[in-house]
Amino acid sequence: MKTKARNLEEPGIASLEVLGLKLVEIPRWNCCGAVYSLADDDLIHQVAPVRNLIRAKEQGQDKLATLCAFCFNTLKRANLLMRENAEKRNTLNSFMDEEIDYGGEVEVVHLLEVLRDEIGWEALAQKVKLPLRELKVAPYYGCTLLRPREVAIDSVENPTILREFLKALGASPVDFPESTRCCGSYQVISNPDDISEYARVILNSALKHGAEALVLTCPLCDYNLGQGQKELMKKHSEFKGMPLFYFTQLLALALGLDPQVCHFELNYGSPESLLREKNLLSQSESFQPIGG
Amino acid sequence: MSVTISPKRLRREFVRKVRELSGQNLQLCYQCGMCSGVCPAVSNMDLSPRRIIELARLGLEEEIANSKTVWICASCFACTVNCPRGFDLSKMMEAIRLLTLRKNIDYIRPEDISPQERCKLPQIAMVSGLRKFTG
Amino acid sequence: MSIKEENKNPAEIAAKLIPIYIMGKRYEVPEGLTIMKAMEYAGYKFIRGCGCRGGTCGACGTVYRKPGDYKLQVALACQKTVEPGMYMAQIPFFPANRAQYEFADLISAPEEVFKLYPELFRCVACNACTKACPQGIEVMDAIAALKQGNIAEAARLSFDCIQCGLCTSRCFGELAQYHMFQLARRIYGAKILPRAEHLAEIVGTINEGRYDQILEELKHVKEDELKKLYQEREAEPMAAGEDWKPKDTRYL
Repeated sequence: MKTKARNLEEPGIASLEVLGLKLVEIPRWNCCGAVYSLADDDLIHQVAPVRNLIRAKEQGQDKLATLCAFCFNTLKRANLLMRENAEKRNTLNSFMDEEIDYGGEVEVVHLLEVLRDEIGWEALAQKVKLPLRELKVAPYYGCTLLRPREVAIDSVENPTILREFLKALGASPVDFPESTRCCGSYQVISNPDDISEYARVILNSALKHGAEALVLTCPLCDYNLGQGQKELMKKHSEFKGMPLFYFTQLLALALGLDPQVCHFELNYGSPESLLREKNLLSQSESFQPIGG
Repeated sequence: MSVTISPKRLRREFVRKVRELSGQNLQLCYQCGMCSGVCPAVSNMDLSPRRIIELARLGLEEEIANSKTVWICASCFACTVNCPRGFDLSKMMEAIRLLTLRKNIDYIRPEDISPQERCKLPQIAMVSGLRKFTG
Repeated sequence: MSIKEENKNPAEIAAKLIPIYIMGKRYEVPEGLTIMKAMEYAGYKFIRGCGCRGGTCGACGTVYRKPGDYKLQVALACQKTVEPGMYMAQIPFFPANRAQYEFADLISAPEEVFKLYPELFRCVACNACTKACPQGIEVMDAIAALKQGNIAEAARLSFDCIQCGLCTSRCFGELAQYHMFQLARRIYGAKILPRAEHLAEIVGTINEGRYDQILEELKHVKEDELKKLYQEREAEPMAAGEDWKPKDTRYL
C-alpha cells in the first residue's frame, strides 16, 4: 500500500477524512500473510494476522478497517478463529508471550462496510461534489470480500454493495456475470498464462455488457487484470483495453478531492483519457499510465 | 480416463491425513459436480475438482500426485460456497498441497520468478504465492 | 575477619566456582567470567567463534538455557557473564547465502531488495528472530519494514546489527535477515540519506589545495620545532564569544 498500491490507500484515507472519519494507521504492523491458512493443524500462519489484531487492541481501538480486500479476508478469518476456537486461542496467546493476550475484541471491517454502515449511501451521495456523470463502471468483487460465507460483507450470490456505492457517486453500475469470478490470485507467479485467460474472460464479459471501466478492491486483482490486459492486447488487436479503478479513487474523485491524491499514474489501462472524455478530469492533468 | 480401484491401491494413510489436515468429511460428496461447474480454473485442470475429491476419498494418491490440479487451484472458494453439502473443497485442496510441501518438496522456487517480475509484482502476490507453493 | 584471612594474598582467595555445561559437558568455572573466558578456562581454545572480544564483531553468538526453563536465551560470549547451570552452545557460523550484486548498479528502490532476496516474502512474523537477537534489535519489525518497501526504517531499526547470524539460525521462513539489512543500510547510506552539504564544501576546498602549502611546510619541520608548535598552539578560550577569531585567519 505504501509502494505499489498508493493509488488504493491515499484516496481512501483522504476521502474518509472528508466524510468525517479519521483512519489511524496502527503502529508496528506486519504483513498479515496475505492468505489465510487452510490447514487445521497450522497455527504459525495465524500468528501474523493475530499480531495485527493485537496492535489494534493495544491502541484501544475496537475496529480495524482494511482497504485491501485480500488482507480483509485473512484478518477477519483469523479474528473468527480467535473468537471461536478456545484451544487455538490459548495456544496462540501462549506462543506469543511477548504480546498481550487477544480474544477477538477487535472488529475487522472493510472500508466498503464502513461506507455502507457508518456513513450510509444517502449521506455519501449528499457529499458528492463531482457526480461521475453516469460513467459505466462494472463492479468487480473478486473473491475475498464475499467468500467464504462467514466473512462475506454482502450476499455471496448477488452482491449489491458496489452497485449501491457506484450509484451514490453518480456512476452507472453495469452488472455482469463474471463480477465474482476469481482473477487467478497468486497463480500469477507460477502460471501467468492462466492469468491472461482469466482476464480475458472477465474483461470480455464486462465489455459485452457495456462497461467502460472496472472498479476493484484488491491490488492483486488490479495487477492480474492489468497485466493480463497487456498480454491480451498483444494477441488480440481488437481488444482495446479496459481502464481499472480502485473504489477509493472513484470515491475521492466524486468527493471533489484533488486528483493528485488518486495517483492515477499508477493505474493500468489508461484511465485518464476516459476521465477526460467524461469531463471528470481537466485537460491540464496529465498522468502516465504504468506500463504504457 | 479409467482408474483402477482396488484395496491394493488404496492409501489409507493418505485419506486419513487429508481428512485431518482439512477437517473435512470426504464422505459428504455425492459427486454432483457443482464445484467443477463454478471453478474458474477448471479449463486448465487435467482433473476436475469433482474427480479430485473422488480420488482422495478412494485414497488414490498416485493419480492425484500426477495431476496438476491442486497447483492450479487459486483458493478462490467458489467451490466451497456452492457445494450443496457444505464440503470445504478449498481446505481439501490445501491439505493435498501441504502433504507435498511438508515433505520439503516445493512447487516453485523464488528464483524461478524473473527479476523483473519480482520488481513489478505487488508484495501480496509474492507472499501468497510463496505461502501456497513453498514449504 | 580473622588474622589468617587478613594476611591472605587476594589472589589466593579462590573465586567461587559454578557449574556450566558446554555442549552438554559439565565444567566448574569461576563465577564472574564471561562465557568466552569461562570456555577458555575450561580448556577450549578459540580458533572460530571469537573475534573482537568487544561485542561488535558478531563472531561469538551463543545460545543457552537455564535449568528448569524451556526458554531459549541468546548472548555474545565475550559480553555475557556465566550463570550457574547455564547450558550452552556456540553458533559461530550459520549458513546464509548472500546475494551477488554490483552495488553501483542498484537504485534506491525497495524493489532491489525484492529482486535480490525474494525469500523476504516467506516471513510469517513468528518473531523467533527478535527473540534470538543479542543486540535487542526488533528484527521482525525491520523485516516488516522491508516488506513494506521502507528501506529507511529497516536501516534505522537494524542499525545495531553485528551480523552474528543468530536470527537466521532461528528463522521459520529460512530468511537471512542480516544480509537483507546490510543491503538496506548500504542503499540507505549511499543513495537515500541526504548528503551533508557543508562536508562537500570543505572537501572541495581541501581538493582545491587550500591546505597543501601548510601541510607541506609541516612535513619538513623538525620534531622539536613540531612539538613546540603544538604546545604553543592557539586554542579557543572556554568563555569565547561568538565573534572570537584566532590570530592566524588564513585557514578559516
